[in-house]
Amino acid sequence: MRILESMTEPFAALGRYTLRSFERLGRSTLFLLQVIRGLPTVLPRPWLVVQQMHSVGVRTTVIILVAGAFVGMVLGLQLFNILVRFNSESSLGTTVGLTLVRELGPVITALLFAGRAGSALTAELGLMKATEQFSGMEMMAVDPYKRVLAPRFIAGVVSMPLLAGLFSAIGVLSAYVIGVGLLGVDAGSYWSQMQHSVDFYNDLMTGFYKSLAFGFVSTWIALFEGYDSVPTSEGVGRATTQSVVHSSLAVLGLNFILTALLLKT
Amino acid sequence: MISRRGIEFTVGLFVAAGLAALFMLAMKVSNLSTVSLGDVYHVTAHFTNIGGLTVRSPVKVSGVRVGQVTDISYDDQQNQAVVTLSIEKRFNNFPVDTAASIYTAGLLGEQYVALQPGVEDKTLKDGDKLLFTNSAMVLERLIGKFMVNKMEK
Repeated sequence: MRILESMTEPFAALGRYTLRSFERLGRSTLFLLQVIRGLPTVLPRPWLVVQQMHSVGVRTTVIILVAGAFVGMVLGLQLFNILVRFNSESSLGTTVGLTLVRELGPVITALLFAGRAGSALTAELGLMKATEQFSGMEMMAVDPYKRVLAPRFIAGVVSMPLLAGLFSAIGVLSAYVIGVGLLGVDAGSYWSQMQHSVDFYNDLMTGFYKSLAFGFVSTWIALFEGYDSVPTSEGVGRATTQSVVHSSLAVLGLNFILTALLLKT
Repeated sequence: MISRRGIEFTVGLFVAAGLAALFMLAMKVSNLSTVSLGDVYHVTAHFTNIGGLTVRSPVKVSGVRVGQVTDISYDDQQNQAVVTLSIEKRFNNFPVDTAASIYTAGLLGEQYVALQPGVEDKTLKDGDKLLFTNSAMVLERLIGKFMVNKMEK
């Protein structure tokens, strides 16, 4: 009997893991539905959202701007070096614009967002749970979904496209500084080639939808990991790590799917 | 601790900066400011080879953009490509014997349709067909001709 048990143990472990994962997925979906149901009650109290926009959006701006500036400068240098071999350094604007607006802008912003804002959200909610603040709210007949989670969710979803826009804009400008100011690409051809090949609907709106989707997913994961964390100091730490890991992976995977779906030649 | 007013101010600044960035991307980086042509009229041109011309390629006269390619199809009766050009209404003074050529901007750049105005008094109207066209220069064919010439010598 014991032999049989030890032989089936790997499969049982796999089954347990699968069942736990599905259970967690189901719980996170129910969690999302409850948060969405809490959204309308936030509308008459915009101050709650403004407060969260400050901690989620405003405080992430600096890291986004610095990262965008450096990514843009590296793109300018690197692409110039490659393009100059084919004597087509005037297409620098095209390549920089398309890479930033379509891919790098939304993705890097979402990764930084998960690292800076998502982890903070998870840690905050985890600590609120560990100190039983949610139970306290329920005792006072305050719904934590409406009072705590919904404003944070709105703030995350709204902040993300704005941050991605800032990232792309500062990236394009710093590539301009490097390419035109330092390496001698013609300023007119930088902008006109960029305008000719970056399409408003196919490229810019694709990036916008992507950043909206990434904001949705990474805020959802961050909130759920915090709300679902084990209420100990160890559990909160684990939840924070998992929040960053899961939202980064989700963003990268989702980016591939969205690119495949939205890419038109 | 930052005051309520301070939070409101920084959030407002953040949202304004974000919207400004999106607006700048739309106007300066994408083709939103150039794609809408306003009122246009259409003329068609038949080419034996259009090379890498695509829809939305620019139509230029003396290097100035006056319109864009809006449709490309193939006429299997005449075995030619039919390119529809949309030209802005305010440029309505092209003679009927205007010639269209497909050129490349730079060696590897985008392809565009260049119009060369003729001398007739009658002007082009909506739905007209351009009589004189020059096909795209295909690099492989040029190299092929060059090689044949070399070998014959």
